[in-house]
Amino acid sequence: MTDYLIPLLLLGLSVFALGRRENYYDWLLSGGAEGLGLVKTILPTLVLLLTAVDMFRASGASELLSRALAPAFSRLGIPPECAMLVLVRPISGSAALAVGGELMAHYGVNSRIGRTAAVMLGSTETTFYTLSVYFGAAGIHKTRYALPAALFADFVGFFTASRAVGFLFP
Amino acid sequence: MVMSWVWAVLVGISVICAAVTGNIRGLSGAVMQGAQRGVTLSISLAGSLCLWAGIGKVMEKLGLTAGLARLLRPGMVRLFPAAAEDSALAASLSANICANFLGLGNAATPPGMEAARRLAARSPQIASDELCRLVVLNTASIQLIPANVAALRSSLGCSTPFDILPAVWITSLCSAGLGLAAAWWLGRMGR
Repeated sequence: MTDYLIPLLLLGLSVFALGRRENYYDWLLSGGAEGLGLVKTILPTLVLLLTAVDMFRASGASELLSRALAPAFSRLGIPPECAMLVLVRPISGSAALAVGGELMAHYGVNSRIGRTAAVMLGSTETTFYTLSVYFGAAGIHKTRYALPAALFADFVGFFTASRAVGFLFP
Repeated sequence: MVMSWVWAVLVGISVICAAVTGNIRGLSGAVMQGAQRGVTLSISLAGSLCLWAGIGKVMEKLGLTAGLARLLRPGMVRLFPAAAEDSALAASLSANICANFLGLGNAATPPGMEAARRLAARSPQIASDELCRLVVLNTASIQLIPANVAALRSSLGCSTPFDILPAVWITSLCSAGLGLAAAWWLGRMGR
């Protein structure tokens, strides 16, 4: 099912655009050029963060962390190996990308841990960053319950990601 | 500033840990390996990122976000009653939600900030329930196609990078739904 989604999206967009006589190949190109700019900014960030993340694993710290959090995580059905990702996700998007990529590379992209990490990354956001951007733009300091509610949503995401992967990929 | 702390904490803990377990040699090897893997990962992500940025541009230019916004309007007015009286607010709210939904993160932020400003003008100083809902919706991230994660998976050699989509949809819906429910409940508690 999901194998159809992307090819059909590509086909649908091109047929729709041609039907309206739009020169959509130029849009693809200019968008692609913007994407290259994104790669340029993400490269130094990933170099720095993967250095730190690899140090964290090589030193044995990530194993200690997951062992320390294992009792609580196992009870919730979240793989303890994902502890680091859960901690970093709300704080920094690129650090989460680095940690998640490291988990996928280390345990395998199609392993339970690799898939759980991917679903966690895909279904949550950098909560603290988003909060500061939106409340900053609005000029509001009294944020009331927004942070606890947003962090609760993250927690539900981490929990559901683990359960959904366990259920859909037995 | 946050990142300086994240970096310092990661490196600090690693050094202490490696010193205690006597694995400082492995640690210094990891420094160079990590840096190289950063380049490898970015380069292998580049193709999918560029392609997806192009597709995103096409969806934006074709007005797909605007079409989706019309579909979502009835539900949106229930979640944000103020949008019923303020059409500019309704427009920026729906642009924000739809761009998020289509995975166009960069296109979602400007209208989101505009919506936040308009909501804040209705209740200055203290965040209104609607503004809190907007923020929770944005942090919960409902995405149809999480292209970055799929790019990451395929860069690591996954041949079916999109097979996680149903799991992502279930998870986003649960976290957004329960996050909004928590916001509603906390809003009533605090009153």
